[in-house]
Amino acid sequence: MAERCAVIGVGQTKYDATRYDVSMPGLLREAAIRALEDAELTWNDIDAIVIGKAPDMFEGMMYPENYLSDALGATGKPLLRVHTAGSVGGSTANVAFSLISSGIHDRVLTIAWEKQSESNAMWALTLSPPFSVAVVAGAGGFFAPLVRTYMRRSGAPEDTGILVALKDRKNALKNPYAHLQMPNVTYEEIRDSFMLWDPIRYLESCPSSDGACAMIVAKEDLAGKTPRKPAWVLGSSMRSEPVQFAKRDAVNPMAGRQAAKDLYQQAGIDDPRKQIDCIECYVPFSWFEPMWMETMGFADEGEGWKLTHDGTTALDGARPVNMSGGVLSSNAIGASGMCRYAEAVNQVRGEAGEHQVDGAKISLGHAYGGGSQYFSMALFGADKP
Amino acid sequence: MRDVAIVSFAQSNAASEVRSEVEILQPVAAEAVKNSGLARTEIDFTCSGSSDWLQGQPFAFVMALDAVGSWPPIKESHVEQDGAWALYEAWVKIQTGEVESALVYSFGKTSPGDIAQVQALQLDPYCVTPLWPDLDSLSAIQARACLEVGVVTERAMAEVVSRSLRDARDNPHAVRKGDHSVDDLLERPFQVSPLRELDCPANSDGATAMVIVAGDRAKQLCDRPVWIRGFDHRIDPPALGTRDLTRIPSAKLAAEKAGAHRDKLDFAEVTAPYSHQELLLRREMGLADDLSVNPSGGSLATHTLMSCGLNRIGDAAMRIAAGKGDRALAHAGQGPCLQQNLAVVLEGE
Repeated sequence: MAERCAVIGVGQTKYDATRYDVSMPGLLREAAIRALEDAELTWNDIDAIVIGKAPDMFEGMMYPENYLSDALGATGKPLLRVHTAGSVGGSTANVAFSLISSGIHDRVLTIAWEKQSESNAMWALTLSPPFSVAVVAGAGGFFAPLVRTYMRRSGAPEDTGILVALKDRKNALKNPYAHLQMPNVTYEEIRDSFMLWDPIRYLESCPSSDGACAMIVAKEDLAGKTPRKPAWVLGSSMRSEPVQFAKRDAVNPMAGRQAAKDLYQQAGIDDPRKQIDCIECYVPFSWFEPMWMETMGFADEGEGWKLTHDGTTALDGARPVNMSGGVLSSNAIGASGMCRYAEAVNQVRGEAGEHQVDGAKISLGHAYGGGSQYFSMALFGADKP
Repeated sequence: MRDVAIVSFAQSNAASEVRSEVEILQPVAAEAVKNSGLARTEIDFTCSGSSDWLQGQPFAFVMALDAVGSWPPIKESHVEQDGAWALYEAWVKIQTGEVESALVYSFGKTSPGDIAQVQALQLDPYCVTPLWPDLDSLSAIQARACLEVGVVTERAMAEVVSRSLRDARDNPHAVRKGDHSVDDLLERPFQVSPLRELDCPANSDGATAMVIVAGDRAKQLCDRPVWIRGFDHRIDPPALGTRDLTRIPSAKLAAEKAGAHRDKLDFAEVTAPYSHQELLLRREMGLADDLSVNPSGGSLATHTLMSCGLNRIGDAAMRIAAGKGDRALAHAGQGPCLQQNLAVVLEGE
């Protein structure tokens, strides 16, 4: 059996469209220092750093972690840079978990980030590569047909996406780090916002944000010595599948289903609907909430939308989803997966502030990326397994 | 630590490829899998290293999934680093006990652009990149500093070039090779003083793939498994004005932590894209003057960015597997003036 591993510190920046007040190193230090403070540790206590972000073109730099190394206290230490498309924030943390569970290191700083204001994500996502068709539509243009297919298959009410967006935008009001703060947001305002990529409306979409999220991961005997409660890693999984393949179901991808199954097996979860208290998952466009509920087994196929309509996924519902306001409220792309993990971690630590789910014991963090083909997930527990 | 062995390795390198990265990679990955003796679906984990900037598009590694086989879905990860770091991540994954084997690959195609110029993008984006210092020039500054403190001489650099290109004649994957006398090399003009053309990397397009397997299974799969006995990587600070460019503390530390000198080394394969860097790495990693370094010809003979480090490790492993040595140090380096360094100690069964 591998070493047990726990998250003992979490730090996030304030997410915003443009963080004019900090450089890239300043942004990352803000998150990293908060994580160290949360764990009451210093840079010297860290053995290695695992850093992740989405494409380097989002900042116009080539492997920026080499430039960021001393800002992260990495001098003389191992530094790994993970990049698995949108799921990277989750994968980066998973690699950090491996560095602990393998017994190689005792304490690892893991951090994921994006400073989208340094470059232009829309430009970076719409380049015309040789020998390929340029989509020139950004991520929404790619995902809109998947949402339309989900609507057709499930027969979900047309306003499911509006309800998800309304819930997440209201949850964000309780999260001081969230980028979008819309105190007066209404159902009508979301419904009447313009159609960006039919059927995805403007207010059903995520923003472009600057931000970073950091976590300190430690082995079992060090996790017991922290000032605040650790979150135990009950399991972590990753799966990938090809983007262009006639057999794949991009709406309910096998990679996502297998990653969830693997995760539950690792953690000894027989019935995720009963045993998991809350979920923070990667929903960049609102319709992905019901889609991922089905992929991860929280609803039967075609019925994920019911959890939104009956209030199960609301903050005060039976199984809340995206308590932090989710990707719809803050989307520093490379960081977004780790933000999901960080929220799941803080829920079982009882450190989630105004968006705390009472008595959360087991939580799930989820990220996906590419053409709905990369999945990273982890389960966190309040109690040592 | 679990015993992990390199059981197969394949590579493709060419001065300039007309094929896309996916087309270059596919046969290389297929060859590594075939030679491992495992079916693709028997390999538990997959990890790769590449850079979006070389392909000129975001998520450049995504299409590679089609080339290496990813259906049914695979446990997979990717580092935006040289493939040597992908090997490290795969080795760590095996150490957790969750998986028994891994396919590791990397690829790079730099011929469509000016790669020395492109690499200015890895510098301080606010103060240095806007000046567009190309990597050849930065490496020349390092070489000059080394000359001035006497770590290297121009003649010693020319000897590295002469020996590397002569050795490369036996390497079918080398894109630059030949018989050049030291005196002849010293007669040639500078490209960026004090570097001459042949002191600079032989940039190439290519891919590498490797299969690693844990424990007894590795022994069943090949006659002479090459065991990973030590593995470490470290980084130095980024600001070129902060670093003493005549020292590479992270290379020294990585070699020590990997246990390079716990026993006698038969040879070393190091990533030294510029000739003076081999001499610098020899000193920093404590390699004896008479130790055979880069019998493959090294980066002066073939240098596929993002893949060259894994290439050096693979070359060393195949040399041991062929019985031309029992214990070797393999090294990967990346970042301006070798800012980040990785060391792996390999031993034949």
